[in-house]
Amino acid sequence: MVCCICKEKPATVHLTHIEGDKMQKVDLCEECAKNKGVSSTPDFSLADLLLGLGASHEIEQASGGVELKCPRCGFTQADFKKSGRLGCPGCYETFADGLEGLLKSMHKGTRHTGKVPEGLRQTRDASERLKTLQQKLAKAIEEENFEQAAILRDEIKQTTSRVAGPVST
Amino acid sequence: VNKIGLNEFLVSPAEVARRRGPHDRIVMSSRVRLARNVQYGVFPGWAKKPERLRVLEMIRPAVEGLPELKSAFSQTMDNLSALEKKLLVERHLISREHEAKNVGSGVVLNRDETFCVMINEEDHLRMQALRPGLQLRQAWQAIDHLDSALEEKLNYAFSNDLGYLTACPTNLGTGIRVSAMLHLPGLVLAEQINPIIQSVNKLGLAVRGLYGEGTEALGNVFQVSNQMTLGESESTIVERLEKVLAQIIEHEENARASILEKKAKMVYNHIGRAYGILANAHSISSKETMNLLSLLRLGVDLALFPDVDRSLADELFILTQPAHLQRQHSEKLSAEERDLLRADMLRERLKQVSRPNIKSGGAGDAGLDKAGKS
Repeated sequence: MVCCICKEKPATVHLTHIEGDKMQKVDLCEECAKNKGVSSTPDFSLADLLLGLGASHEIEQASGGVELKCPRCGFTQADFKKSGRLGCPGCYETFADGLEGLLKSMHKGTRHTGKVPEGLRQTRDASERLKTLQQKLAKAIEEENFEQAAILRDEIKQTTSRVAGPVST
Repeated sequence: VNKIGLNEFLVSPAEVARRRGPHDRIVMSSRVRLARNVQYGVFPGWAKKPERLRVLEMIRPAVEGLPELKSAFSQTMDNLSALEKKLLVERHLISREHEAKNVGSGVVLNRDETFCVMINEEDHLRMQALRPGLQLRQAWQAIDHLDSALEEKLNYAFSNDLGYLTACPTNLGTGIRVSAMLHLPGLVLAEQINPIIQSVNKLGLAVRGLYGEGTEALGNVFQVSNQMTLGESESTIVERLEKVLAQIIEHEENARASILEKKAKMVYNHIGRAYGILANAHSISSKETMNLLSLLRLGVDLALFPDVDRSLADELFILTQPAHLQRQHSEKLSAEERDLLRADMLRERLKQVSRPNIKSGGAGDAGLDKAGKS
């Protein structure tokens, strides 16, 4: 395989970039790779390699040049650049803006549609039910249907006590 | 929890090799792994020692208390010798990354080696279900059940939008890695393996070597697994892999039939030479052994060794690996000494195996006639 930039030397660095359902492969020789800022030294970011060179850069940009630091565990974007891994579950909130594009490029979607822990599922179902009930209540009051409103108010009270349990991050 | 040492605890290679599953001619094993973390912990790679120990002490009893892990082997990584860790790697029960762990990490393995939980690997919890042959769905159901029981005891780090939160964003969401280990000598000999790997890659699936990430495909064994974990459900991921595997199995069977039809001499030559070396060598490396055992296994599949069961090849696959060889000797062996002992074992075990039985032999072979006419 020949380097796809200089088209002369044999390609020894192989990169795969996945965006949505499109995949791009780039094969570079040692020299062109170096010129493009790709190196195979151990401190080279795994995230960069996996995510088509833009991952930590994107996080940097999203933070507007200010070095973000997770308030919960002290992890910084520089640490992410080094390891390609995050410090704690809270980091997903700290680095949320920068991570979004990155997740889009590596996964099928950006919203979880799989398994939900049973305890949380009940809480989540209850809070969704609460939302609907509150909308109905507002409508009932608007229509001056006070009998209906009283029933809804009791239901909301009941549901609220269920939602008050452990809540996820 | 079982108090006996790992060496005595492990299922014998002969027994492991005898286990049967659907399509095990080609699919050697199925595995589903889930990554989980506890809510208020720091991920193992960033946590300091006391924090890792705190998480280990919280998770380990919870795992040991699961019915699936009754009388399991449970140990912290600092209490396992280098040899014991290597044995677990060679059995595909722990990752190479976990092998390197010490204080603050642990492993829990059930009696028949169908469940293995790594504590404080890259994530707080890496739990896996293993099954012989093609049984992805069964493995997923088994690990799903175990995970549901565990979630009653531990508060997982979970977000409604992002799902299970993992140390590496590549595992985010479901935290699931569904994989199968495939023996594909037909596709390799027919030189069709690269286009197959490329088209599997295009479907968002990864193809790796025998020991996972960054390892070469020794013995024509390939691991196929999902890469994306966020944005689709576990069962969708399992089903996609099942579909792709069914196609790979078909391609492998076709490749075997076609090389036998068109290039029978080449196939017999490879298998005959593999038999010759395995049964007669006096020194042999583990890499060469695996590549030749793969051909012996193919020979069994093609009925060239009528008196041999496939489980012999699979048993030798395990027994001839470095840590498994070392395990049978009290003194520390050098690589050269291992090569001698490996050859001794192979000669001994293949003594009763007769030469490949190639019907009517040589140029009169039906496969070659066809090749000549086409």
